[in-house]
Amino acid sequence: MSIQRREFIAAIGTTAAAGLAGCAALGDDGGNGPEISGETLTLTTTTSTYDTGLLDELNAPFEDRYGVTVDTVSLGTGAAIETGRSGDSDVVMVHARSQEDEFMEDGYAINRRDLMFNDFVIIGDADDPAGISGGDDAVDAFAQIAESESTFVSRGDDSGTHTQELEIWGEAGYEDGDFGEWYQEAGQGMGEVIVQTGQSEGYTLSDRGTYLSMINETDLEIHVEGPVEGGPEILSNPYGIFAINPAVHDNVNYDLAMAYIGFITSLEGEEIIREYTVEGEQLFFPEAITEEPNFQQYVPEEWDGSHSD
Amino acid sequence: MPLELSVLSPLVVDFPFEWNYIRSIIRVSLYVSITAVVLSTLFSIPVALLVGFKDFRGKTLLTSIINTGMGFPSVVVGLVVLFTVSNEGPLGSWDLVFTPEAMIMSQFVLAAPVITGVSLAAVSSVEQNVRDAAFAMGGTRADVALVTIKEARYGIATAVLAGFGRAISEVGSVLIVGGNIAGSDGTSVTRTLTTAIQLEARQGRFETAMILGAILVVLVLIVNAIVVRLGGDTGGNR
Repeated sequence: MSIQRREFIAAIGTTAAAGLAGCAALGDDGGNGPEISGETLTLTTTTSTYDTGLLDELNAPFEDRYGVTVDTVSLGTGAAIETGRSGDSDVVMVHARSQEDEFMEDGYAINRRDLMFNDFVIIGDADDPAGISGGDDAVDAFAQIAESESTFVSRGDDSGTHTQELEIWGEAGYEDGDFGEWYQEAGQGMGEVIVQTGQSEGYTLSDRGTYLSMINETDLEIHVEGPVEGGPEILSNPYGIFAINPAVHDNVNYDLAMAYIGFITSLEGEEIIREYTVEGEQLFFPEAITEEPNFQQYVPEEWDGSHSD
Repeated sequence: MPLELSVLSPLVVDFPFEWNYIRSIIRVSLYVSITAVVLSTLFSIPVALLVGFKDFRGKTLLTSIINTGMGFPSVVVGLVVLFTVSNEGPLGSWDLVFTPEAMIMSQFVLAAPVITGVSLAAVSSVEQNVRDAAFAMGGTRADVALVTIKEARYGIATAVLAGFGRAISEVGSVLIVGGNIAGSDGTSVTRTLTTAIQLEARQGRFETAMILGAILVVLVLIVNAIVVRLGGDTGGNR
């Protein structure tokens, strides 16, 4: 048992945090081979990126190159950002620009980059009780779901998808609290919500990536396409990545966070993102590297740089 | 050698990821829960003996607090431990958030009241005259405690099992403080059987979730059998 435990502690590359036992175990290992840096990067990200499996593809070559470990914690966008706010993560990858902007304005996030995008799709029961199939207006589709009082399952967890969903409801003239019994807040990850929507024969808003990665496990169909398939712009789903400001939290692994951002926004990282497919379909479209300058990615959307002239 | 390779390769190709994944999850689950239960037991049994033997003001109140702790919601414990170990919490400098050690802390908090409460009931039910006899035969306080533990061993074994059951089957606190982390090669860092089941169910892979659930039940059965056997052995010495 003690040997297993030692192996285990060494394997996860526990830092000084493991306490004295952990230090002893790491010390033992030091004699056996060349010591590589062995540092750990904590990445907090959203369930929708995590559940597609893309991160394993990105992290493995990064870990190989730098000899480090990436600990990926998947939460809703809101929770992922809060983890960064308390300094418990080094790098954050999320998809809710309004929340990211607020986080940058508060001084916690620095060096934000646009990473990639995919889109949201409105999925629902194959019978389509609200009759929204084939439409190209997401706002109208939401209004029809509400008028027909068809079951709609919301993430209800302050995630990027939830943020986007509320924005569409807002466009359709519904505020949080206007909904009837047909509107169910799940408070769970995207995969769980898709499962739950399938069970209750309703509708939900999903990112295309998670939906495709679960296509074998669900009977739900896409009723309204996102911009990737020519749908409305309101369903676009851009992902951003940023480091936690070491001036605010001096414990964060800023160097490694920047190395990670550098890697996944490199040509190699972009290539991995571009070539990642599920069921033969590309899930994410990299947008970190462009020939045209894109200054907007580094600053909050409403930022006006003119006064610094 | 080529023959051997060709025979082995289908197995190696088909299962390495899954097997490594499941094995590392089992290892993390057992490491976290067994450590937490051992620590809880070392803490709880002396407390149970002290509270059981001594009469003092507030004993009833303390007992009710312990019994309330037995039903403490695991997510609340997880939240409190997260705030404690978080970078901005009192133990922030120890860098414990999202580690198995933080999970051990929260499971300790969950298991300790169960083990204390059930042990206390067992110890209290050992008759006063047994303790008096041990004392009368010249036993020191430690001897009296040992006799009591021996008399109450079934109750204490039940207490440890109940604590273990609570620790290994809870999902709320380890998910919050551990972060459900697995490496890019599928090796679990802080992913336990319960959090893995939660994740697999979220991703709609109910088959894997069911397999993990079955493994969890079998593990609990094995641990129960071992503890009951240990209890039985001491019974034979009587």
